[in-house]
Amino acid sequence: MDKQMTAAQVVAQLSDGMTIGIGGWGPRRKPMALVREILRSDLKDLTLVSYGGADVGMLCAAGKVKKLVFAFVSLDFIPLEPYFRQAREAGELEVMEIDEGMLLLGLRAAAWGIPFIPTEVGLGTDIITRNPQIKLVDSPYDDREWVAMPALKLDAALIHVDRADARGVCQIAGPDHYMDDWYARAADKTFVSCDELVDTEFFRDPAQARLVFWERAVTTGVVPIPGGAHPTSCSPLYGFDVPHFKAYAATAKAGGIGAYFDEYLGASEQEYQQNVGGLEAIRAIALPTY
Amino acid sequence: MSNAATEYTLAELCIVAAAEAFRHDGEVLATGIGVVPRLAASLAMKTFNPDLMMTDSEAYLLSEPNPLGARGDDFVQASETWMGFSRIFDNVWSGRRHAMLGPVQIDRFGQSNTSALGGTYQQPKVMMLGARGFPGNSISHPNSFFVPGHNRKVFVEGECDFVSSIGYNPQRLPKGRALADVDIRLIITDLCVMDFGGANHSMRLLSLHPGITTAQVLENTGFELEVADEVPVTAAPTAEQLAIIAALDPHNQRAYQIKDNPPGDRSGATG
Repeated sequence: MDKQMTAAQVVAQLSDGMTIGIGGWGPRRKPMALVREILRSDLKDLTLVSYGGADVGMLCAAGKVKKLVFAFVSLDFIPLEPYFRQAREAGELEVMEIDEGMLLLGLRAAAWGIPFIPTEVGLGTDIITRNPQIKLVDSPYDDREWVAMPALKLDAALIHVDRADARGVCQIAGPDHYMDDWYARAADKTFVSCDELVDTEFFRDPAQARLVFWERAVTTGVVPIPGGAHPTSCSPLYGFDVPHFKAYAATAKAGGIGAYFDEYLGASEQEYQQNVGGLEAIRAIALPTY
Repeated sequence: MSNAATEYTLAELCIVAAAEAFRHDGEVLATGIGVVPRLAASLAMKTFNPDLMMTDSEAYLLSEPNPLGARGDDFVQASETWMGFSRIFDNVWSGRRHAMLGPVQIDRFGQSNTSALGGTYQQPKVMMLGARGFPGNSISHPNSFFVPGHNRKVFVEGECDFVSSIGYNPQRLPKGRALADVDIRLIITDLCVMDFGGANHSMRLLSLHPGITTAQVLENTGFELEVADEVPVTAAPTAEQLAIIAALDPHNQRAYQIKDNPPGDRSGATG
């Protein structure tokens, strides 16, 4: 089965009002080329589920987001994501603010086809008081109350990986695959952009196959886009683009997201990459030191 | 304190005081978020609690803490296992972790806020990070706080604008649980060290940094503190501790963590 498709074909499978999970973490390995294709489209009223970074900020600024399910939105070295902040401070967003681990549990519940997972996380905090849809339940086994973290069922998941074959075997070669396997499993359709398209034989080396975190039946579509995580990182291929993020954040103070899109977004990923200096420049970005 | 140093910065004093939070932890993951907490946990692991576990702040556990900042191309970190973010939660929920974090608000219950300030929840005046991992950390394992600027904006008079982490608040106590299930350890600020060992889990002053008075602490705290008749002075770093801190922080990031990088002893115009 050949699951290759273009970013435009991915977006054509999405529709207004969908719940979309975005893999990665903050400024790390976000499927930014797929996000950019959404930015170029007329999709709207999306519910996003994300360990958020500029993916959330850009989609909020472009008016694509109706509701956000999040534990944080941050660019790490720029702690406060500027456009997410604007959207919240304008009172525009419907939010489901939860703990980082609750988000993981919600994806697992969706992946496993169960309505909720009990946890103590969130008890005693405003996570419970601000989310009336998150219920507390009594345990059949003890006298305590527990948070029933509801399944976060996704209509689609968008993920960026280092390598994939055309059948949807996806490899994350960086040090952490974050929760991407759970995004993939929680979604009806999982679309994966990859920095490199490889032959299936590539995975015959067990050391390479070990870095595959979900089986290919979970993958709906594969979109080869070298550099497709920029300006976020795709370790070990490239780090995140600090000057680019600074320029992005600066537009939130002067010029607005329109100025950012005018300068960088372009009508296609080819144009975007030309606007940021080309693939070689992306691949030359040093990995961060933590 | 025969080998106590006489020249040290306030950041170094705070690192040494904060390291004490991890002294009796045994074999748990010590997570210090930010330069001072990370150096504190690292110092504890390098000295009096070598059983601590620590991550590389990315995806591996280390048997030796990494120095902060650029480490040179030939540096090889002392990895001992993979520890990606999903596995961090397995550790968090087991309780074998002690985190030291820097929330923006802390109230008299030890509840903290990392999310939003002012306005309404739908439209906050200042949106910050979000709740992050604070809800889970606070109910699953011990936590300590580092506050680089002790004032009434941080130590608020009422409840936090958004309660990201559970504290000793009877009104919010979950069914079937006791306040004593919450485990907030040390609060290290630029003025003093505190804990929640006062009556009914109230905040208590443990030590004053050199040159700081109880009155200064009370003026800058939005709620009552339990204060003993005699409050000790926070112990000065030893020369050995300062050397270890310097090796862990070769680029001197610690100099930028507290406004104007003051000296550790502020007991007068000693020049």
